[in-house]
Amino acid sequence: MGKNLPTPQVLKGDTGWDAETAAPIIAEFAAIKGGLIPALHALQNRLGYIDDAAVPDLAKAFTLSRAEVHGVISFYHDFRREPPPKHSVKLCRAEACQSMGSEAMAADLIQRAEGQHECEVSAIYCLGLCAMAPSAMIDGKLVARLTPAKLDAHLAAAGIGFKARTV
Amino acid sequence: MSLRLYIPKDAAARAVGADELAAALQMASEDCGSECQIIRTGSRGLLWLETLLEVETIKGRFGYGPVTTEDIPSLIAAGLFNGAKHPLDHRTAVGLVAEHPLFKAQTRQSFARCGLIDPLDGDGFVAQGGLRGIKAAVKMDGEQIVKQVTDSGLRGRGGAGFPTGIKWQTVRNAESSQKYIVCNADEGDSGTFADRILIEGDPLTLIEGMVIAGLAVGASKGYIYIRSEYPDGYATLLSAVLVAHRLKLLGANVMGSGKGFELEIRLGAGAYICGEETSLLESLEGRRGIIRYKPPLPAIKGLFGQPTVINNVLSFAAVPGILADGAESYSRLGVGRSKGTLAVQLGGNIKRGGLFELPFGVTLRTILNDFGGGSASGRPIRAVQVGGPLGAYFPESLFDLPLDYEEFAKHQGMVGHGGIVVFDDSVDLARQARFAMEFCAIESCGKCTPCRIGSTRGVEVLDRIIAGTDRDKNLVLLNDLCTTMQDGSLCALGGLTPLPVRSALKHFAEDFA
Repeated sequence: MGKNLPTPQVLKGDTGWDAETAAPIIAEFAAIKGGLIPALHALQNRLGYIDDAAVPDLAKAFTLSRAEVHGVISFYHDFRREPPPKHSVKLCRAEACQSMGSEAMAADLIQRAEGQHECEVSAIYCLGLCAMAPSAMIDGKLVARLTPAKLDAHLAAAGIGFKARTV
Repeated sequence: MSLRLYIPKDAAARAVGADELAAALQMASEDCGSECQIIRTGSRGLLWLETLLEVETIKGRFGYGPVTTEDIPSLIAAGLFNGAKHPLDHRTAVGLVAEHPLFKAQTRQSFARCGLIDPLDGDGFVAQGGLRGIKAAVKMDGEQIVKQVTDSGLRGRGGAGFPTGIKWQTVRNAESSQKYIVCNADEGDSGTFADRILIEGDPLTLIEGMVIAGLAVGASKGYIYIRSEYPDGYATLLSAVLVAHRLKLLGANVMGSGKGFELEIRLGAGAYICGEETSLLESLEGRRGIIRYKPPLPAIKGLFGQPTVINNVLSFAAVPGILADGAESYSRLGVGRSKGTLAVQLGGNIKRGGLFELPFGVTLRTILNDFGGGSASGRPIRAVQVGGPLGAYFPESLFDLPLDYEEFAKHQGMVGHGGIVVFDDSVDLARQARFAMEFCAIESCGKCTPCRIGSTRGVEVLDRIIAGTDRDKNLVLLNDLCTTMQDGSLCALGGLTPLPVRSALKHFAEDFA
């Protein structure tokens, strides 16, 4: 049976890079055909991000050049090269959510998130919840049929504090 | 008999509180001293009713929706836990779900089991007709299986509409000791969610279809590549593989045929372009999702250089039914060369959004009015975008078009994967055209110049048009740029981005004035 991974989730708290933890993960996935991307998911799942220090080790294990490994990490939106902030809000910015007012909601949220480093607000293009737009992913949890008030309630439930809403 | 309740665990239901509802109902039933069994199913696709609570009775399953935890006290007061006659006197009552006019009006083939059963209940799957397709397939040789699929008229559901049987025949004819079956579950097109609903609601049907493909072409290994934006779907597939092994649908001896099939689930990493089949193969091989030149076709030289069947989730999911009931049962549905059913996904600014499985040929107007019930905002519907972010924007004057690959192509549009996104009259099509270019710029793999650079230039030109700077000159330039992207791009991303842009220009010229 194939080598499969747990569902990725946003890690809470500090996640310093730890080469000792990374080594067996890299070795495990290097044995799988086309295993680099599963390896990167596993590393990020376990350690929160993929440190540049892992690139030479990955290159060696997968018999690739460092440039090739770097190329893969930087190509995919999911992989991060720095430790993640404590919280993450991904707002869907695709067409169905646009048709239900996601753009105004996003603009407001981005403005309110300014100056804080606890929570990253980013765009995502389609969570497959287009019939219940607008939608978002807050710390890995999907939420839909959002209104500004409902979004605030979800943020509060996740322990995310932003400046008060202006609109 | 204890009370049996059904609550979807589909991501759409969970995103509006299905988990909380299930937990609270369980607790409330215990408080009432009532024995209650809650079964988590896939989604019926009637998404405006989510969370849809269903109660089993002798007459069938009565639905209540949308239900939230706040409705629990009034449902209890109406007699939910003490045997009151259904439908309960409650504002969320929708009657027998199977008799719901918008459920009954559908032709549920690929989605027949979706919403009925716990998606990981192997026995439930078999009881509802699962494995009939593979059982028919193991009695045939590969040639006969391919012939059934060809005769059914099934065309690739990913968007391009290529005849599935021809693809399979090509792989079957290719000489190789190792062939692969790859399922493209990188459903990145905004406005589409049918793959997600099927994966989360009836993953064993997808696996059954893939194994049949393996038997047909002589492949013993398959991969499902699912996007990371679908964490629930990924988790469901991982569990479904274990269930499929128990059912002998996977393993060294599939259904006693003497032939083996193994399946691996791979997670994407947030790159839209990986929905393009050659990018997906690159990604599966562990590289950047940069598209490949065609030829060679993946059918000849695909994954790891080997002959590969790569199909969309819904293409595979249609196969078990075709094998079980015969090609003719499928081909008699639909119109023209668009055979069978289409999973229409209605989303955006619409009152009743959801998934409706319908034979090809139904018109946009029927879907928007009869199924959708008009816009969610109550304002007039001004535009729909059909077929994802690379699909055309159509105005009201084209709403009588039937859903048919060829009819849509005649009007410079595409059916694609069947997603319809609705906009009311507050939409600005110049902004939407700009977004099409912007999205292409964000997601371009960078291999070919028309897509990589053209999309960024497209945003700039549209910004000038929107600002009213040299409007006529810039419109000529935009048109020229669209031609270059359309004719000069290597794949559909750059090649089709002009479709929404040009349709917006053509049908909504006033927004560019």
